[in-house]
Amino acid sequence: MSSSRITRVEGRGLPLAGHDIDTDRILPARFLKTVTFEGLEQHVFEDDRAGRPEEAPAHPFDDPRFGGARILIVNRNFGCGSSREHAPQALRRWGIEAVVGESFSEIFFGNALAIGLVCVKAAPSDVERLQDLVVHDPGARLAVVLDAMVVRAEGLDGEVIIDLPASARDAFVSGTWDATGMLLDDYAAVERTAASLPYVGGRWGSA
Amino acid sequence: MGKTLLQKVWDAHTVRRLSTGQTQLFIGLHLVHEVTSPQAFDALRARGWRVRYPQRTFATVDHIAPTDGAARPFADPLAEAMMRALERNCRDFGIPLWDLGDDRQGIVHVIGPELGLTQPGMTIACGDSHTSTHGAFGAVAFGIGTTQVRDVLASQSLALEPLKVRRIEVTGQLAPGVYAKDVILALIERLGVKGGVEYAYEYAGDTVARMSMDERMTMCNMSIEGGARVGYVNPDETTFEYLRGRPFAPAAADFDRAVTWWRAQASDPDAPYDDVVQIDAGALEPVVTWGTNPGQSVGVSGRMPMPAEVDAGERAAVEEALAFMGFEPGAAIAGTKIDVAFIGSCTNSRLSDLREAARIVRGRRLAPHVKGLVVPGSRAVRIAAEREGLDVAFLDAGFEWRGAGCSMCLGMNPDKLVGRQVSASSSNRNFRGRQGSPTGRTLLMSPAMVAAAAIAGEVVDVRRWAEAGRDDLSSTASSGPSGTGRLDEGGRA
Ligand code: SF4
Repeated sequence: MSSSRITRVEGRGLPLAGHDIDTDRILPARFLKTVTFEGLEQHVFEDDRAGRPEEAPAHPFDDPRFGGARILIVNRNFGCGSSREHAPQALRRWGIEAVVGESFSEIFFGNALAIGLVCVKAAPSDVERLQDLVVHDPGARLAVVLDAMVVRAEGLDGEVIIDLPASARDAFVSGTWDATGMLLDDYAAVERTAASLPYVGGRWGSA
Repeated sequence: MGKTLLQKVWDAHTVRRLSTGQTQLFIGLHLVHEVTSPQAFDALRARGWRVRYPQRTFATVDHIAPTDGAARPFADPLAEAMMRALERNCRDFGIPLWDLGDDRQGIVHVIGPELGLTQPGMTIACGDSHTSTHGAFGAVAFGIGTTQVRDVLASQSLALEPLKVRRIEVTGQLAPGVYAKDVILALIERLGVKGGVEYAYEYAGDTVARMSMDERMTMCNMSIEGGARVGYVNPDETTFEYLRGRPFAPAAADFDRAVTWWRAQASDPDAPYDDVVQIDAGALEPVVTWGTNPGQSVGVSGRMPMPAEVDAGERAAVEEALAFMGFEPGAAIAGTKIDVAFIGSCTNSRLSDLREAARIVRGRRLAPHVKGLVVPGSRAVRIAAEREGLDVAFLDAGFEWRGAGCSMCLGMNPDKLVGRQVSASSSNRNFRGRQGSPTGRTLLMSPAMVAAAAIAGEVVDVRRWAEAGRDDLSSTASSGPSGTGRLDEGGRA
């Protein structure tokens, strides 16, 4: 799989309010019983969506106003908990191409990076502004722009500054987010490192 | 200036700096299980790649394993398909697989240490967030996702960002009935479930120095619940003695040479830290979670929070969690009724955990409305426990005694909560739906606390039982009309 360059993600927004949304909620464990990632999008947030009281408003993933949205807007510590890559896979397969949030769990962030799902941080007040904007105008077009490190949106006062570690940004922009190829580029260096470690191959005698 | 263990291990395993600015880090041990690996092996096949270091890669089955007999094919066709995929992948790529018929099978984070695979100074990866467990040995151990599993299979390395190190100094003598589990739950409560993001946690201080390897594993296991991807303890004599004679540990003269190298990996006394936190373990009481993340906990004598009294930023989360749990704001946690008692998981399913729990239940009976499940973390733990008669203590008390696996820690096998059941659980996650019922509720606590709750039918302070001598306990046990010896309410203030 050669990865493509990702310099910007454009589309409508999907607001998902709440802190500490864990991967068990994004994709409940019973859907991990699969040997492929195909079809996981059908189960994204399944229990949250099914478990809503009758009178509650539709879950954002069921709300027709947000159908086809590409940019998910979340709050703090999104994707905490289990390391399942099935969670970002399900979001990506649902059609989400970027997530803007206050913060992300590290494993979720790494998993998302590895499959080309852009996760960027923004200040809590800016995240709220974007969520408000999208709630009030679900048709608004947003753009996550990695060159300028901002989110632009129709109807938004100014731009929202975003944050992304330089290495992740480079990986998206240069199209090297699929790391395996890069890791195999200099395999001799891997073998040299292995040979220097006494526990690999049990070289304690010469350590 | 000195270096931390993290820095030393990082430096020794650095292959090169990548153009992205990340470090390519060599992975010394790769542990594989059935849930997060099939797509990674398929990706290798699709590209014609092989597993580069099959001799540094080991597989077992734990998440989907039925724990009440493992006849094949499994009753669940999806589980059977996953098991077949793992068998085929291990066969095709030359990886040893310890499956259900093997005495080395068990939860991946229990068997790695038990077999002596996990050693100080290593880098370890596994497609499971609780890989942080292995840090108890002074290894740098990461939980990774499936794409990274593919990276490690194909290149024995990972592209990673450096981590900061927070030293957590735990001091003081734990009171009887207070355990490593309580220390880590209290720490997460204090630093928050995302307090450790971007950090490795180094656990130190006299309390940790006195801890057994089992206790250190419990602490490191839950680092991830505090947001820290990596947690570790510097290796010391306790570590080396644990490893001596284990099947995969260096043998004979190699062992002493290994100890010299292992010792040298520990943090230097003048190592710099990005942050230092102190915690007085002597002041701790048993901790119980009341909410839907592992940071939402309180001491057993405490009360549920009052939303009006918490920080404005936390209020909505607290309200939401209390509403989901169906708990009254401000109510005492002790006395909360439970339906299920689960002793198991990679946090607390080792022999010493089962011993502590058995000490509580011996000669007593489960509360009539409680279903009790004891699930050893590995076949080896199960065999050792049976040799000591722990199985008899649990069975006599009315618990089920199961085969090794993840069981009710997560809803991927037949062991699940039903409906709104409340579970007292020695596992690590109380997320909604975690134990298999979307509306089920989980209270995390130590195995001894779970055992006590199982007998009492509700959350109780195990210290009352732990302080009592053995004779006291057995006299309680033989009292009572039916000889069931249930802890009477009189035991509670
Ligand atoms: S016991 Fe629970 S936390 Fe541990 S590996 Fe199994 S499912 Fe994960």
